[in-house]
Amino acid sequence: MNKDPLVAIEDISFDLKRGDLVSLLGPSGCGKTTFLKIVAGLIPATSGTVQIGGRDVSQPHPDFGVVFQQANLMPWRTVINNVLFPMEILRRRDADAVARATELLGLVGLSGFEQSYPAQLSGGMQQRVALCRALIHRPTLLLMDEPFGALDELTRMEMQDLLLDIRAKTGATVMFVTHSISEAVYISDIVVVFSKRPAVIADYIEVGLPYPRSAELRYSAAFTQLEHRAGRALGITR
Amino acid sequence: MMMREWRTALYPLIGVFGILVLWQVYVVAFGVSRIVLPGPLDILRASVENWQILLRESWPTFVESVLGFGLAVVIGIPVAVCVANSRLLNLTLYPILIATQSVPKVAVAPIILVWFGLGLQSKLVIAFLVAFFPIVVDTAAGMRATPTGLLELARSLRASPLQVFLKVQFPAALPFIFAGSKVAVTLAVIGAVIGEFVGSLNGLGNLLLTANSQLDSPLAWAALIWLSVLGIVLFAAVVIAERIVMPWSEAGH
Repeated sequence: MNKDPLVAIEDISFDLKRGDLVSLLGPSGCGKTTFLKIVAGLIPATSGTVQIGGRDVSQPHPDFGVVFQQANLMPWRTVINNVLFPMEILRRRDADAVARATELLGLVGLSGFEQSYPAQLSGGMQQRVALCRALIHRPTLLLMDEPFGALDELTRMEMQDLLLDIRAKTGATVMFVTHSISEAVYISDIVVVFSKRPAVIADYIEVGLPYPRSAELRYSAAFTQLEHRAGRALGITR
Repeated sequence: MMMREWRTALYPLIGVFGILVLWQVYVVAFGVSRIVLPGPLDILRASVENWQILLRESWPTFVESVLGFGLAVVIGIPVAVCVANSRLLNLTLYPILIATQSVPKVAVAPIILVWFGLGLQSKLVIAFLVAFFPIVVDTAAGMRATPTGLLELARSLRASPLQVFLKVQFPAALPFIFAGSKVAVTLAVIGAVIGEFVGSLNGLGNLLLTANSQLDSPLAWAALIWLSVLGIVLFAAVVIAERIVMPWSEAGH
């Protein structure tokens, strides 16, 4: 009755420089989330290794921050206590941590909501709290799994600008999973395009557009060309 | 807003008052014997005349219910935590729990009386037995219903099992625990009364039986109403405790 195991990811190998924002772009079910979870150490790889900073990643690393598609906030904690959750687990909750949480909430425009409960916030605001929570312990790598996928288009674009702003201010290295071509091109230094299962790298696009990026960029020729290239790699356009 | 709150209090009162009026009219109009069915005014009179007796007899029933319920919480929650987190304990204990639950508590009461006597202990044990099950079942369900996203988050930070339990699993299970407690607390009153019916020296159940045997129906009905009030008060206490412990549950509305 045993089925053959599903090979989600065949051979994925790429470099990630400190401070880079890399998007993993691919169709749904292509294994990009699986890949991210392997990097996060949440599920083991059946073969092969993932090395970050020369270290083998086979179990969760507390110096990574993770943001999921759902905000996953704890309804029983206030906003600031949700942000401070990682610091509690790492036993580093002190005055500095609280100050940093307050600062991060300010960066994402949530000053004044510290004592609110998640149920009182909109979806976009909840995801911003989740972003602060992922950054609170100064992770060396921020892993984001379709973090804006559940948001409406306008909130989504707002969040993309917010992410770029936060990255400029914190210098975080980001690995970002998405299935939106424009999102990948807009935010990334590098777009890694995954093919259908079993996933292999279909294209490795160095975006090269200057930061800070603004909404006008989305309508430029260079931007459209990059989108087109990603679309070709995905097999959508020729 | 104010208008609506005002209405939610007024309409049920109108409903209750209407039923009481109909009841009184029926009893007077058809000349129903007070032994068969006393009218609301008879019951009110019996309550007022015997308020000291009723108050005195409420106390033991109150203590039996509260202690039985408290014991069910104190023992039930740890048992549920163990059952939910250990496959071995789940396989070992769960069938026994289900089996004990299917034994009618009324049938066990005489045996418990033989073991623990006519005093407080026997009532406490019966109240505990009926309150125990809903708390265990709901708490165990709550422990298993922790959102996987939260567990993944904790795991990504390499949280210890104790941290996961204290900071994620347990708070996430609180709504379930309170749901079970609300059922359990009213059952605890029923358990105490079952105990008092089977054999007791005092309590509202004892008073009800005594009044009934003396054909003092108004007093028996008065005892019944005090019992209901006792149940409502204990239920309200759990609801208030829930609001204090879980202030966030109000936040979204």
